[in-house]
Amino acid sequence: MAPILDIQNLYKNYGSVEILKDINVAIEQGDFLVLVGPSGCGKSTLLNCIAGLEPITSGALSIGGRDMTNVSPKDRDIAMVFQSYALYPTMTVAKNITFGMKVRGVDAATQQEKLQQVARQLQIEPLLNRRPGQLSGGQRQRVAMGRALVRDPKLFLFDEPLSNLDAKLRVEMRTEIKELHQRLGASMVYVTHDQIEAMTLATKIVVMKGGVIQQIGSPSEIYNRPANLFVADFMGNPAMNLIPARARQGGAGTEIEIARKGSAPIVLTDAQHRNLPEEVILGVRPEDIAEPGQRPGGSAQEADCLVDIVEPAGADTYVVMQMGGKQVTARLHAETRARPGQVQRLAFDLGKVSYFAPETGQRLN
Amino acid sequence: MTDLATPTLRRSPSGSRASGRLGRIALRWLLYTLLVLFALYYLLPLFVMVTTSLKSLEEIRTGNLVALPREVTLAAWQTAWSSACTGIQCDGMRPYFWNSVLIAVPAVLISTLLGALNGYVVAQWRFRGANMIFALMLFGCFIPFQVVLLPMARLLGIMGLAGTIPGLVFVHVIYGLGFTTLFFRNYYVTIPSELAKAAKVDGAGFFRIFWSIFLPLSLPIIVVTVIWQFTQIWNDFLFGVSFSQAGTQPITVALNNIVNSTTGVKEYNVDMAAAIIAALPTLLVYIVAGKYFIRGLTAGSVKG
Amino acid sequence: MAKWLEDHLPKVVLAPSFIAVLIFVYGFIAWTGWVSLTRSRLLPKYEIEGLIQYERLFAAPRWDVAMNNLFVFGGLFIVISMALGLLLAILLDQNIRTEGAIRTIYLYPMALSMIVTGTAWKWILNPGLGIEATVRGWGFEGFTFDWLVNPEMAIYAIVIAAIWQSSGFIMALFLAGLRSVDTEIIRAAQVDGIPTWRVYSAIIIPSMAPIFLSAFIVLAHLAIKSFDLVIALTGGGPGFATDLPATYMYAMAFSRGDLGQAASSAMVMMAVVFAIVVPYLYSELRAKND
Repeated sequence: MAPILDIQNLYKNYGSVEILKDINVAIEQGDFLVLVGPSGCGKSTLLNCIAGLEPITSGALSIGGRDMTNVSPKDRDIAMVFQSYALYPTMTVAKNITFGMKVRGVDAATQQEKLQQVARQLQIEPLLNRRPGQLSGGQRQRVAMGRALVRDPKLFLFDEPLSNLDAKLRVEMRTEIKELHQRLGASMVYVTHDQIEAMTLATKIVVMKGGVIQQIGSPSEIYNRPANLFVADFMGNPAMNLIPARARQGGAGTEIEIARKGSAPIVLTDAQHRNLPEEVILGVRPEDIAEPGQRPGGSAQEADCLVDIVEPAGADTYVVMQMGGKQVTARLHAETRARPGQVQRLAFDLGKVSYFAPETGQRLN
Repeated sequence: MTDLATPTLRRSPSGSRASGRLGRIALRWLLYTLLVLFALYYLLPLFVMVTTSLKSLEEIRTGNLVALPREVTLAAWQTAWSSACTGIQCDGMRPYFWNSVLIAVPAVLISTLLGALNGYVVAQWRFRGANMIFALMLFGCFIPFQVVLLPMARLLGIMGLAGTIPGLVFVHVIYGLGFTTLFFRNYYVTIPSELAKAAKVDGAGFFRIFWSIFLPLSLPIIVVTVIWQFTQIWNDFLFGVSFSQAGTQPITVALNNIVNSTTGVKEYNVDMAAAIIAALPTLLVYIVAGKYFIRGLTAGSVKG
Repeated sequence: MAKWLEDHLPKVVLAPSFIAVLIFVYGFIAWTGWVSLTRSRLLPKYEIEGLIQYERLFAAPRWDVAMNNLFVFGGLFIVISMALGLLLAILLDQNIRTEGAIRTIYLYPMALSMIVTGTAWKWILNPGLGIEATVRGWGFEGFTFDWLVNPEMAIYAIVIAAIWQSSGFIMALFLAGLRSVDTEIIRAAQVDGIPTWRVYSAIIIPSMAPIFLSAFIVLAHLAIKSFDLVIALTGGGPGFATDLPATYMYAMAFSRGDLGQAASSAMVMMAVVFAIVVPYLYSELRAKND
């Protein structure tokens, strides 16, 4: 079966500025693709290109197996939900949803039928005669979704639809979108700068920076095996610790040495990973640094660490230390005995770490 | 748009010593006195116009400029409307009133419609050079019209429109385009571009988006533009006096002819009545919709 | 063909207006400029003869009077309108109960044609029947106010009428500007105990610099275009005492049949406006596009 969305060698320039460089990504029917990255990375531009709202400079783009490179948005069989919802302010909710059908010449009876169907699905029936100005943020979002649903498209496009909502509402709507996806089995492309949204919603994530794709993969791939320093740092909260270290071959395995100011360096022995260059950056997530015995796992290596700051955060306590010239965070139990200024024995789960080359930032393992 | 309604400095609630309060009360009295004095300054001409128009010539000659009429007579108004002399003809202001209506109404409608479409294009459909084109059109608002009088006179002659009402409509439309485009462009620029994008995804094209989405949103700016254009065109004198002839003159030209005609006795009361007749439409528009008028004046002048 | 039209529809829609502006603004300016370099009299000639029209213009005593009047009138008009406008704006900013009504009164002159304004003030300043007579009637026998027929003072009569017409608008402009100042800054000043007048002079007025500029541009523009007012009030007289470039141009074009002079005077007016407005527009548009 042809991929529902297939982008090949896509470049987009604006004048002489390269906004998107050599984008290649494909998704299957039913996938939830999230484009994530910092502001200005080109994710919204890519979405607009998929929608046909922006022309592409070179490359190929097909939706549902048909080449769409020069097709206008209305013929691409897509629907789009915008960050500001872009509801037509002078039309009622009902008219907002049926506008597209009206433009396409769908007869009134069918318009009403589909309207009612979608309204029931999204539970916005009581709102049909209101204007967008009279709706709350969450209600507007549902109307925007309704407008998209009623098109019955091959591809749903979302441009940061939750950014305008407050935190609590954001979590609620996020769940609703995921539920919608599961219920409809629809294919969705979703843009966000929030990596938590990306992780929870996606079946496939594209991490972008500066118009270039940094990594494509499933959420767990992106999380556990980031392809470079940028992805490692960007995804996950709190961020992955990226510690400069030296590696040398030893008898039992590679010895990873992390310098410390004012005391002896930490030396961890990694039995699994060999053939590492002399200078590496060790990437280890806060939850992979724990008190000994706290987490199961055979690859844990222990070391004594001097605790700088202790941050209780409810269910966990974050402990910050200095090593390799960086601040390193560990996620410990709330009941931990760690205290600032005291030495704490910690276990580093080397089975979960990533190694990066310092100059290129690329993943080594 | 800035709101003129809320004063900058709210009165601080803290109390003060007795002498301070006395000083403050005295200051407020001074304030109100000044305001009233200035109000009198602005109202004086209107007052004088009205009272003079209601007096008889006798009373004017022997009486006092600011005194109320001893005997109210509407004779001057009669004359001003139907028999005052504007040069050779003595038909009063009436025919010229209608001339102005025939000039202003089409000119306002056409220039507003074109301005709306132009503003829509420049604000929502970015293309290379759009801003340059807008800048060039905008500059056209600021030229002293003396510099186009001569060629326009010749052109109207060539087109056979010299001294005609359609000719004047044409002139007013052309030179009103800059302002109307400016007003609509500044307004449409505040509408997020996502709205047009959503409509495009829905399948709407250029005109559909304008008709179904932007136009319904445009009532405030339409009112501002219409009021502004109407005031400008009704009050215009330069184009009127340059491009009309006896019979097609707008009301401002007729007024000037009545007032500055050198023949016969100067009938000041008729002059004043004629002036009020000429001023009435725009004055009424201002009183009824003044808020929008002010917005039109300050749109684009106040930064931010 | 249809696809091309669809793609380029915005440009197609804008085109007629743009072309109209190109022809009827810039084309016409070019035409007038051309004629200003010829010996045109009653009818335009098109052979370029150089700058003789400008030489004649700058040598004409009447033009001297006109330009002089422009600077005197323009200067007084702009300065006093701005000062008065600012004063009124500050007064009105003080929590006045009937602010709306007073604002309406100050502003209504802007809705009037300058011919109406000229007519009204011509009557008020009428020596013999206007203010002069009234004040004399009140007992001040020796009071004279014959500015309108006095060649020296007539231009100042025009200044009075012009200020009456436009100061309300300047007041509205400044009032809006006063109120657009960030209220937090003002509250901080009040908490600091700074007296009201100082808040105005040290904080509010300096932050209004762009609005002063806008007001200046509008007023300068009005001054240069002043034609209607002069025609109605004095007809350019007595003699040529209240001539302005605008009336000079009109006289040359339609009474004297001297198109060369009309064109050259129009071009000089254009140049003056250009010098003031272009830098302003440039900075405005640059700011808006940022």
